[in-house]
Amino acid sequence: MKKHPLYGLIAEFESPEALLEAAHGARAGGYRRLDAFTPMPIEGLAEAVGFEKTRLPLAVLIGGICGCIGGFLLQYYPSVMDYPLNIGGKPFNSWPAFVPVTFEMTILAAALTTVFGMLAMNGLPTPYHPVFNVPEFELASRNRFFLCIKARDPQFDLEKTKQFLKDLKAREVYEVES
Amino acid sequence: MAEAHAAQREPAIAGNKTPADVTREICAVLDRKPSGLWWAGLLFALSLLLTGGAAVTYEIQTGIGTWGLNRTVGWAFDITNFVFWIGIGHAGTLISAILFLFRQRWRTSVNRSAEAMTIFAVTCAGMFPIIHMGRPWLAYWIFPYPNFRGPLWINFRSPLAWDAFAIGTYFTISLLFWYLGMLPDLATVRDRAKPGLKKALTGFLSLSWNGSVHTWQRYETVYLLLAGLATPLVISVHTIVSWDFATAVIPGWHATIFPPYFVAGAIFSGMAMVLTLMIVARKTMRLEDYITVRHVEVMAKLVLATGGMVALAYLTEFFIAFYSDNPYEQFVILNRMRGPFAWAFWTMFSCNVLVPQALWFRRVRTNLGAVFAISILVNVGMWFERFVIIVTSIHRDYLPSSWGSYAPTLIEILTLAGSFGLFLTLFLLFIRFVPVIAIAEVKGALSRAGGHRELSEARKPEGVRIAERETVLGGVRT
Repeated sequence: MKKHPLYGLIAEFESPEALLEAAHGARAGGYRRLDAFTPMPIEGLAEAVGFEKTRLPLAVLIGGICGCIGGFLLQYYPSVMDYPLNIGGKPFNSWPAFVPVTFEMTILAAALTTVFGMLAMNGLPTPYHPVFNVPEFELASRNRFFLCIKARDPQFDLEKTKQFLKDLKAREVYEVES
Repeated sequence: MAEAHAAQREPAIAGNKTPADVTREICAVLDRKPSGLWWAGLLFALSLLLTGGAAVTYEIQTGIGTWGLNRTVGWAFDITNFVFWIGIGHAGTLISAILFLFRQRWRTSVNRSAEAMTIFAVTCAGMFPIIHMGRPWLAYWIFPYPNFRGPLWINFRSPLAWDAFAIGTYFTISLLFWYLGMLPDLATVRDRAKPGLKKALTGFLSLSWNGSVHTWQRYETVYLLLAGLATPLVISVHTIVSWDFATAVIPGWHATIFPPYFVAGAIFSGMAMVLTLMIVARKTMRLEDYITVRHVEVMAKLVLATGGMVALAYLTEFFIAFYSDNPYEQFVILNRMRGPFAWAFWTMFSCNVLVPQALWFRRVRTNLGAVFAISILVNVGMWFERFVIIVTSIHRDYLPSSWGSYAPTLIEILTLAGSFGLFLTLFLLFIRFVPVIAIAEVKGALSRAGGHRELSEARKPEGVRIAERETVLGGVRT
């Protein structure tokens, strides 16, 4: 596919409800490459732009299991294999005493997976994102709600899509340079 | 149902604000020149910090002999401070994680500063075991890693080693939780700033957050997951701290009630510290609409509830000592009440058990001056609780021939003052340079369309959700 000079069109709305309605409208109008930008999370918006469930929880489960096994081995190897030491007549593999550290390592690994997994899946940090080319976009972190139809969308046509967004009662529609 | 119930309550944020108002008012604190009061506070905090720094430097140069410890009382002031500060931190996690899981929307106003408090308190706490080691430059020996000293490994059966893991994990996760929660607000600050250093710095720190719905979706999942992970973590941390004592065979320490008792006490003292800080912050930073009397009242109720648990734990300890018919346990309890440290015991008892009972009255809970005074007294009481547990248990143990006493030296007192200096310095810098209130979360709580998702909400059919949203929004937005 040839690179489009335009990233897409972005429409500005004044309220979360207007944005939600427009997002539903755009989906109904056949657009599939949508994104929305808001100052706070909006209930139901992800479903409206067609976002599938994130697989992050699975990654966290795997991270947690690795932390659990790793945490136990971290104690088992020195205590049983590398440096067996009789402490108060306890068995070398005194696993009940290893539970606290194993638990902490499980939580640590799971939490690190959560945070870094989220950053990776979201592609953060991204030093450059085309939406920042629109000067009005700075309001997206304040009190305005934006809906973006990307130029990659098969149905995208500059004039028609612009009119379509205006018909969705957008306050303003801007072209986003890529 | 939930909606109808919420509507009867006062709103969490006063003054019918729009999202733009929220941004402007919270960011205004960062834009305007700090007040004279702030400077005075910082000067005071820094002087405490410097004094403490000098005391610690002297101690490290000279050795632990500068403290009042002796062969009988090997743990005293230092470990008291450690447990005290760790406990303070727990309320921050309670607010940011546990109350989040319980869908307590009022927490949005206080969670940012409570989390900051956690991080600073854990920083202060972490200092004490390290300086107690006597040779703090070898502190890393507590961690297991392949080395050329043997290879020599740590004893994983020791609660002191567990402590290092628990507190390390706790600090890391609190920091990540706090930073992650701050990303959207850093983006807000970035977008309002004029080109320059501030914009560049917040642009860098916000990791170019753009508020895309995909980002928000994953962010909310992460927040839920981290809250779920932090909840058992915070309980484990103070449980492990209590094991430092409970696994020893000293009468007065060797008790199975310690873990729940310590966790409740930690939240009790932490909530009191949050109240102290919030009442000061709302006044000095002009945040009366965000931190309302309702917030203070709810937190006062939490202080009362956890205070009740602490009182129950005290009574259980007394009861078990006598019911067990163990002469050593009985002696420890009586010695606490009537021995040389009776004054510390009764300070603890009156501050932690008697004083909070005033919070049963609504008139007291809504009186900020009274709540402030009570919160300070609770903190004093909780510091003495740790002192009583540690010192009175070991100063007279099984062998009367080895009985001793303990009095802190000036160096120890200055070190405690220094930790308050560090805590206050960090907190004052925080309220000056970071949005003290989670802007995006408050906006979510305002509209009730956003915020973090209600779990049951997600399962409702779309039509119902939109209809509900409109009814709720009608009155709030302008």
